[in-house]
Amino acid sequence: MSASGAAARPSPVRRPFPTAAGVASALRRIARLLGSVALTFLGLTLVTFFIGRVIPIDPVLAIVGDKASKATYDKVAEQIGINLPLPVQYWRYLMRVLHGDFGTSIITAHPVLQDMAHVFPATMELAVVALLVGTLLGVPLGVLAATNRGRWPDQAIRFGSLLGYSMPVFWLGLVGLLLFYARLGWVDGPGRIDVSFDDIVTPITGMITIDSLIAGEYDVFWNALGHLILPASILGYLSMAYIARMTRSFMLGQLRQEYVLATRAKGMPPFRVVWVHALGNIWVPLITVIALTFGSLLEGAVLTETVFAWPGLGLYMKNSLFNADLNAVLGGTLVIGVVYIFLNMLSDVIYPLVDPRARERR
Amino acid sequence: MSATNLRIGAPTGWRGWLLDSAPASRNQARLGRWYRAWLGLRRNGLAMTGLVIVLALVFVALFAPLFANHAAAYTQTLTDRLQPMSWAHPFGTDELGRDIYARVVFGSRTTLTIVALVSLIVVPVGLAMGLPAGYFGGWIDAVLMRLTDIFLAFPRLVLALAFAAALGPGIENAVIAISLTAWPPYARLARAETLTWRHAEFIEAAELQGASHLRILFTQIVPLSMPSVIIRLTLDMAGIILTAAGLGFLGLGAQPPSPEWGAMVSSGRQYLLDQWWVATIPGLAIFVVSLGFNLLGDGLRDLSDSRG
Repeated sequence: MSASGAAARPSPVRRPFPTAAGVASALRRIARLLGSVALTFLGLTLVTFFIGRVIPIDPVLAIVGDKASKATYDKVAEQIGINLPLPVQYWRYLMRVLHGDFGTSIITAHPVLQDMAHVFPATMELAVVALLVGTLLGVPLGVLAATNRGRWPDQAIRFGSLLGYSMPVFWLGLVGLLLFYARLGWVDGPGRIDVSFDDIVTPITGMITIDSLIAGEYDVFWNALGHLILPASILGYLSMAYIARMTRSFMLGQLRQEYVLATRAKGMPPFRVVWVHALGNIWVPLITVIALTFGSLLEGAVLTETVFAWPGLGLYMKNSLFNADLNAVLGGTLVIGVVYIFLNMLSDVIYPLVDPRARERR
Repeated sequence: MSATNLRIGAPTGWRGWLLDSAPASRNQARLGRWYRAWLGLRRNGLAMTGLVIVLALVFVALFAPLFANHAAAYTQTLTDRLQPMSWAHPFGTDELGRDIYARVVFGSRTTLTIVALVSLIVVPVGLAMGLPAGYFGGWIDAVLMRLTDIFLAFPRLVLALAFAAALGPGIENAVIAISLTAWPPYARLARAETLTWRHAEFIEAAELQGASHLRILFTQIVPLSMPSVIIRLTLDMAGIILTAAGLGFLGLGAQPPSPEWGAMVSSGRQYLLDQWWVATIPGLAIFVVSLGFNLLGDGLRDLSDSRG
């Protein structure tokens, strides 16, 4: 695609801007996609609604307590609409959810959405750093594996990835804590920050590392970083395993192409062929992979945050789970589910927009 | 592969019969194919390691009483709590004085049960959704695949968590929760496989002979799809084991006192700093078993890639 003349000097524009017809077809696809996203969202809410209904706890009893009179019970039952037909109840539920009303948490007595907005930045901070580690290591390793196919670097990276695929994240976290915190003392322990550093920095983004830098509180920053580094490295390693595997298989697909042979025959340095041309052609599917990795990091937060006592969405959901705080659990499920659907959609949209071949196939 | 037996030094006896390039019966052809696959797998050291681990898991789970004392896995001896590794307790004892080795051995039964039950649910459900979609096409395809896409976009662990939370903790509910989120890839796979064979001549011949749709699906297409389904299943096993262990770790899997590896890691957490073996040994078991399935699945996939 971009082989001509690139050896002498890199041309500034490698891909032509999408044409009008291309944009129109992309818009049609986006419309179709939005339909399917809406459908998936309906499915998700239907599932959470169903879970909220089949739970073997009387929701009315949970509110009024078992000492309430019959009159109070009936009044509350009517208020929350438990006697209405299921479709009507679902419709009410859907409307509430669309208005951002996920109910009130039993533990904190705050609206669930407000609680989640409070804890989400912590999860985000961890996931972003982990994703950075995973991408910065995973992509080069994947390329290395592809260019050394079948030789020892490939085998080593493959085995390292398989190890990452196979490790239970909660176990790896515990082993990491045991080794690097308890035995070696290289990193700080569970939690997001030492108690003595609590509440020094006013939250702006909610991510302590960024907020402390903004406030110029470097002690806080280093302390937060010391807590962040172990969970982020462990999650980063697990993400790396997946990203490296996918990069390898995308790269192998590119290296088989004729343009690679042509640029090589022209005498372009192998380094340039691989890292500029071949890698330049796989970044679109790579973005998809990275987006999906991000989704799985959010979902795995329930386990990692439990191990590292990391006060994010995962720990919030886990605590809610054990206090029978169903609103909070279902709210968390919905939020993570929506992010998931959104990431899926994003990769579906980006794909044909940037890669003309995917457009033509449709 | 052609004319293998004409070469000098070609295999004879039962190997020759298996590798015959012109098999005389269906069974000979089928067994020959399996044997060739086995020969391919045997060359892959990592895959063979995986196979050994998986077979060991099945063997240990089936014959657990031969490897460990059932009573030691359940009997609480508080005077013996948190003992380090010794001849009497190869992996030490847990916070209730139970032998961790015995609990790991019997815990393999829990793991294998979950894996087996999930496979038994996921494959038929996936086939039931995917085969008609690929075979009949049209609106059936559209409806079934839309449904599959919806479930495919769900976050697996979180949904399993919500389900387990709603249905109550327990191994059956963990199985249901995992299955509910694990079937969509099989539906996609079954559909793709069906589309590959749908217009093959032997399918059309069967149709001309008056075979019913159901008969064609079950006698022709299902057997043809099975190899890729099995490979996919092997690769999925590790993920299923990890999800199940994660649910167990969160207290949503098998309930005490039955031994479950994830739950064992969780209960050993509070003794991590001083009695590290309580939490790490069961976790190691999870890791080894899921690595075994990953290695085997990886090798099987390579095998099918080079043929296809």
